[in-house]
Amino acid sequence: MADCGEPDGPGNKDDITRSKNEGKELTKEEKQRLRKQKKHQKKQKERKNEKGPSETEKDKTPVSLLPPPQPVATQKAPSALPAPASAPIPVPASAPFHSSPAPSPADKPAKSKAELKAERRARQETDRAAKQPGSSSSGIKTKVPLSELNPVVKRLPEHVQVDDPAVVKRLAKKLERQQIPLRSDYGYKVSLFSHLHQYSRKAPLTQLLSIPSTVIHPSIVRLGLQYSQGIVAGSNARSVALLHAFKQVIRDYTTPPNEELSRDLVNKLKPYISFLNQCRPLSASMGNAIKYIKKEISNIPSQCKEEEAKTKLLTCIDRYIEEKIVLAAKAISKYAIEKISDGDVILVYGYSSLVNNILCEAFEKSRKFRVIVVDSRPRLEGREALRRLVQRGISCTYVLISALSYILPEVSKVFLGAHALLANGYVMSRVGTSQIALVARTYNVPVLVCCETYKFCERVQTDSFVSNELDDPDDLMVTRKGKTQLENWQDVSSLGLLNLVYDVTPPDFVDLVITDLGMIPCTSVPVVLRVKNLDQ
Amino acid sequence: LDETQVRQDPEVPSAVAAIRTLLEFLKRDQSETILGLRENLTQTIRRLEEADSSVAVSSGGELFLRFISLTSLEHPDLSQCKKVMVERGELFLKKISLSRSKVAKLCHTFIKDGAKILTHSSSRVVLKVLESAAADKKRFTVYVTESQPDSAGQMADKLQNLNIPVTVVLDAAVGYIMEKVDLVIVGAEGVVESGGIINKIGTYQLAVCSKAHNKPFYVVAESFKFVRLYPLNQQDVPERFKYKADTLKAVEDLAEEHPMIDYTPPSLITLLFTDLGVLTPSAVSDELIKLYL
Repeated sequence: MADCGEPDGPGNKDDITRSKNEGKELTKEEKQRLRKQKKHQKKQKERKNEKGPSETEKDKTPVSLLPPPQPVATQKAPSALPAPASAPIPVPASAPFHSSPAPSPADKPAKSKAELKAERRARQETDRAAKQPGSSSSGIKTKVPLSELNPVVKRLPEHVQVDDPAVVKRLAKKLERQQIPLRSDYGYKVSLFSHLHQYSRKAPLTQLLSIPSTVIHPSIVRLGLQYSQGIVAGSNARSVALLHAFKQVIRDYTTPPNEELSRDLVNKLKPYISFLNQCRPLSASMGNAIKYIKKEISNIPSQCKEEEAKTKLLTCIDRYIEEKIVLAAKAISKYAIEKISDGDVILVYGYSSLVNNILCEAFEKSRKFRVIVVDSRPRLEGREALRRLVQRGISCTYVLISALSYILPEVSKVFLGAHALLANGYVMSRVGTSQIALVARTYNVPVLVCCETYKFCERVQTDSFVSNELDDPDDLMVTRKGKTQLENWQDVSSLGLLNLVYDVTPPDFVDLVITDLGMIPCTSVPVVLRVKNLDQ
Repeated sequence: LDETQVRQDPEVPSAVAAIRTLLEFLKRDQSETILGLRENLTQTIRRLEEADSSVAVSSGGELFLRFISLTSLEHPDLSQCKKVMVERGELFLKKISLSRSKVAKLCHTFIKDGAKILTHSSSRVVLKVLESAAADKKRFTVYVTESQPDSAGQMADKLQNLNIPVTVVLDAAVGYIMEKVDLVIVGAEGVVESGGIINKIGTYQLAVCSKAHNKPFYVVAESFKFVRLYPLNQQDVPERFKYKADTLKAVEDLAEEHPMIDYTPPSLITLLFTDLGVLTPSAVSDELIKLYL
């Protein structure tokens, strides 16, 4: 922190000129005092702050813009500040700095320093009392423009901060308020992924609920159980199930007296969404669907009668499903079929409802091709894909992912599904997808990703560690000939089982993305997001 | 009608000739409904493609259709609609006739004094670029590939007329000459959605060589050459573009024929100079989305 003196120096000079213009006078002693105060505060902040580094950086730049008295006022440990001292600054320009954070809960070590600060501030106040009319009222005034000028602080989502006890506590409090049980983590987590939740399938959240549950609608409870047990799996299936459950919720909903449907229904949905999140972390497509529903609900005019509003919402949801999922699948098939030529050998991975749809349609349009289905443990989803393709009469080959480099020289194209497409062009999909794309690239086999536009999300990720999902580690145990390997893995202290669900593929490995808007290169995803936002 | 146009003016790219023909057709068209008009136009485009199966004709035709079909939504009255369409068609023609000079203006600054440039076959846009660079008092030498089967000797003659030192090299000597050159500039018959280009056969080789030697590979193309294709590899380019129109009609088994064009993927291209500006290959798709969506 030695260099913090420097930004103060020139900053002070600016401040002096500014304060001169504003009619304030500063003595040298005061300046020195304030510089020391700032140093103290910065040291405190570093100690107190969870998000220490980002904030001190934010401090350093705006500090130089602030007239010296300001930083003193609304900084950390506001609880220690006497009310009038929190104010005196009629310069809203220095806002961004202040409004920053949810001040961290009161810090004991800082109190003594804060008291000293308070004394100093009180002295400054008396000095400046005459020059500043109505300082306390201006304090309130400044608070408002400060919050408006606050730059949006992007918070990390809670589900990727599991190793941070403060965040977990906050989440627990929130769930308590919503009367939803908190699901506890299970088993030893590999250290690289200790920031993610790891649940066991044998302990579903529904066991902790009372029956009948008064807070959560039964169709949502059923949906949560289906998610956590893996009965409903796959991005499209989960979104459609979610939307159907929400339709049931809306049908059974009655507006309580003195409440507006548009506001109350949104509030009713919040605990449901937390509950579903606890059962299984929400996917990007589900997030987009929820955003859409919330928007539709809040757009209901207040004069609208309840029955009318409900039917309107139900038709909206039906239309969303029809447009974004069913018709999008048809459009994607149309484009994809152009890319399938006779004599092709197509490789698919796992079970993607969209890719299966494309292959079945192409077969119906009498294209001659054969399919290689690549599968991987522990989910073995490829078996479902294989079953459906063989039923149609398509000739298939089935391999496990370890045989990938053996089989690739035969392949002419690779079709992959996606869980989400991120804003920087990365493709998030089932774990194993990036491996397939990588090996296909080395064999110069074109890789085509098929994805509807409602799965595009604004998130940016460059690796698979930062945000992922950990599945039940017990799934990795395999029982053959009566013997179960890894049966007592919990007893071995140095052993951790890792069952990842998603991984992230960089855009250089993907040749083409087929969406309902057309065929685009992977790097054009942000353009589509921009165009979509303009439409909405 | 169109063939006479093309032969009249060798300076005019085939796409412009096609669009001019379409405009003429539009003026003379007698149909009563917009749908009929569109059908007639698509038929003419198909007939034009039969006459000259280059990518540029197809892209130019499609763009023209796109350009005027947007007007049909605004004016319900057919005769007024036609008048607006004709006006817009003329405007479109005027704009694209200027596009070549726009491209040349953007590109010639990338040619430094004393540069050695390698180019492939004969392209009128590249010629224009080199002309403007020469007019800018820059000294450079040019290597032109022979570009069989229809050799591009005319390019060498034209450059000699401009007093630019030219050497004609064999197509097979591209790898040999690559270490001497500073940059490679080629034209394009079509620019595809991925940001890659379709150009005379031999361009792909040139691009691979320049990538191996880390030399910049520049493409100059007007914006009406942007086409809604997305080839994944050489095989994926539609057959109707690969061969000359006469070959397509005459020959039964196309596997025996030599293709006239090849596809260069975007990973090998450094920059594209178009009248919309200087673009990276990934920006081409953004422009196309803006044009077509």
